[in-house]
Amino acid sequence: MKALVAVKRVIDYNVKVRVKADNSDVDLANTKMSINPFCEIAVEEAVRLKEAGVVSEIVVVSIGDKSCQEQMRYAMALGADRGIQVEAEGKVNSLDVARILAKVNESENADILLLGKQAIDSDNNQTGQMLAALLDVPQATFASEVKIADGKAQVTREVDGGLVTLEMDLPAVVTTDLRLNEPRFAALPKIMQAKRKPLEVKTVADLGVELSNSIELLSVDTPAERSGGIRVDSVDALIDKLRNEAQVI
Amino acid sequence: MKTLIIAEHDGQNLKGATLSAVTAATQLGGAVDVLVCGAAVAGIATQAAAVAGVDRVLTIEDTALEHTLAECVAPIAKQLAGDYTHVILGASTFGKDIAPRVAALCGVNQISEVIEVVDAETFKRPIYAGNAIATVKSSDALKVMTVRGTAFAAAETGGSAAIEAVTATVPAAKVRFVGAEVSESDRPELESADIVVSGGRGVGSKENFAQVFELADKLGAAVGASRAAVDSGFVPNDMQVGQTGKMVAPKLYIAVGISGAIQHLAGMKESATIVAINKDEEAPIFSIADYGLVGDLHDILPELISKV
Repeated sequence: MKALVAVKRVIDYNVKVRVKADNSDVDLANTKMSINPFCEIAVEEAVRLKEAGVVSEIVVVSIGDKSCQEQMRYAMALGADRGIQVEAEGKVNSLDVARILAKVNESENADILLLGKQAIDSDNNQTGQMLAALLDVPQATFASEVKIADGKAQVTREVDGGLVTLEMDLPAVVTTDLRLNEPRFAALPKIMQAKRKPLEVKTVADLGVELSNSIELLSVDTPAERSGGIRVDSVDALIDKLRNEAQVI
Repeated sequence: MKTLIIAEHDGQNLKGATLSAVTAATQLGGAVDVLVCGAAVAGIATQAAAVAGVDRVLTIEDTALEHTLAECVAPIAKQLAGDYTHVILGASTFGKDIAPRVAALCGVNQISEVIEVVDAETFKRPIYAGNAIATVKSSDALKVMTVRGTAFAAAETGGSAAIEAVTATVPAAKVRFVGAEVSESDRPELESADIVVSGGRGVGSKENFAQVFELADKLGAAVGASRAAVDSGFVPNDMQVGQTGKMVAPKLYIAVGISGAIQHLAGMKESATIVAINKDEEAPIFSIADYGLVGDLHDILPELISKV
């Protein structure tokens, strides 16, 4: 069984973003970049499925300029077997990402496609669902548990009301939530080994995908800052403020 | 201009996320239709028809739609979408699951978590955990979007829309519903409560969380939690407030033992009044709190419970 995992290079989740002075976008110059945390969870899940003997090969795919190879190598250090980078400059919107991944999968024919539920830069939460639609396969979003047996996946999903468990035919798309697993640390020997794993580079044109760019970013603004308030020194003072000043209790 | 809203319901009640979607649709202008899919839709359709601003309620009843799975609902929406300029869902897990699938089937992009309608094709939405607000313009003929409940008030009742059964092919799904663990609670819903009391890692244990619940009950509040509290097993996942959990904007938010990671702040910083109780006076939560109280929550909570 083959697993295809998509990963995105994003700003490190510990870094606070700044908006550019001209409001054209956020400023990512000299910013620490990392693998999107949800994508890392997707890689870890694929590696666990391989360790359990369910998956035999893990292919990691990323879309972007050469710098995203850093995150692909990281995924390989965690345990992915080989990589496919699809060369693209600038922002690629979710539908185009899904189209590219669908094209890549035409030749890969993965049984399970694992993606993070959202990237922490655009916060879109779209690509997995779009990919499932384009492939006409089932989707299990926000997964917190994945079991695969007898050619079927049983996935528990974190939804607003609690947890929902679905069983689906394979191939299927699974998008990962935070509690699916805790990714391991990449050990130094694995990082060295990862440098020698195969990494193929394709272009969007090779895949025959035409980018749509139907969403135009007009401006990016800093949200209205909340100014910090005051410190109170006792429970009585707090209750007094809430009753008489804020009038919320 | 014509908007199709895909209704979210649990078989009994129409969800608040759908009422927010109606408000966003009325801001766009034009006709507003609500699609209700389900195994037995009469009750839900009646509720949707009573929502002010709704022109028509379209129903599709099929046993395959009992759990309103994306694999079944999205193709139905696609069959109907040709008549519309916009398709809107609430930005709940239901809406987030379905909207991108609808958009991809229709060959268009999707706009997530809209917080402001600028005009019919221009929208504002938070990015980077709410640390920046993007204004985006869609040139797609059909705009498929999810709207954030905290940014659009629930539409009121007082409407009397026509209810029409429509026909569409319901695909044979390659997915089966196995089961659900739904949290039952008499407390108000987290996303619509006037007061929310949330606990974090500082609460210390599942047992200690009882005090958070007790304070909430004294205030008639809903109970939330930080990711750390959920990951530590103090409370279930559906209570998580934050970038990847629920978005809340109550009149009063009381953060107990929550340090205030940006991912948590993203989910609650629109609250009208924020109270932070934390023993670490350097905790980032204090930088956005209207009222901060530094101290041991195990002393503060019992006193607060006895005095409010």
